[in-house]
Amino acid sequence: MVRRLIPIVVGLAVLGIVTGIAAIMLVFLGQDWEDALFWIFAAVMIGAGFMVVTMRDIIRCGLAMIVCFGALAGIYVIIGAPLIAAAQVIVYIGAISVLILFAIMLTQTKDAPSRLVFQTQAVPAAIASVVIAVVIALAVAATDWGEAARRVRLATDFMASQLFDGYVLPFEIVSVLLLAAVIGGVYLAKRETGGPS
Amino acid sequence: MSDSLDAYLVLSGMLFAIGSFGFLARRNAISMLMSIELMLNGVNLSIVAFGAFGESKAMAAQGSIIALMVMAVAAAEATVGLAIVIAIYRNRKTPLVDEYDAMRQ
Repeated sequence: MVRRLIPIVVGLAVLGIVTGIAAIMLVFLGQDWEDALFWIFAAVMIGAGFMVVTMRDIIRCGLAMIVCFGALAGIYVIIGAPLIAAAQVIVYIGAISVLILFAIMLTQTKDAPSRLVFQTQAVPAAIASVVIAVVIALAVAATDWGEAARRVRLATDFMASQLFDGYVLPFEIVSVLLLAAVIGGVYLAKRETGGPS
Repeated sequence: MSDSLDAYLVLSGMLFAIGSFGFLARRNAISMLMSIELMLNGVNLSIVAFGAFGESKAMAAQGSIIALMVMAVAAAEATVGLAIVIAIYRNRKTPLVDEYDAMRQ
């Protein structure tokens, strides 16, 4: 029971520390609200992401994933893409998370959560993940992204005209893909009539 | 901090790395799918950030459009992936991927 509480406690501790840092930044260092919100959302997102991949109870993993996606929607708002934030909430929190939670409930075996959380290759996987993170950080640090700090606020009507002007074909292809996915999902998940189970 | 592209890129890289760890290390097939969703979200964040810090308004719009396309493809992927997981679960009675060893024997 205590072992099961450890990830929650660690997550809350990290959350509290980073929220405190953000509050200190806001109050004492005179930074603005956007920075503080960015830090809070980033901390929540990364902490929830860690909980998704490390927690034992898979239902809690799914709930942590919802928290992670919600924080990411907040980051989209800060970055100046409110339509993407709305789509994030609708698609990920509304649709995909519910789908995943239902799949979890359909595939829970009765005999408790499994003993081992990770496969035998957890250590190589951790090393690979750290290497990926370091490589990305090095690439980000070593590249001059140009004098790009002037942020462009996104107007939704402009984006709509762009979407239905130059991106009509990808839009239609995506809609056909979604139709195919719906049909395929129904076909794969339906029970065979007369078969076992 | 929220004015620099690097912060968003590092954040998306961290999310992608966490997702890759989960995909490689988790035993449960649904956990692996959730990790894939995390990785897709990391990529989406970097796309939106590149667009938002681009030179023109058109670039921001294009970044958002590509992010919307990625979301649609992710939804399709989640649908088919979870349907496959449920179909395999009906067959093998377990969601753990390292017990799917029919081709190893």
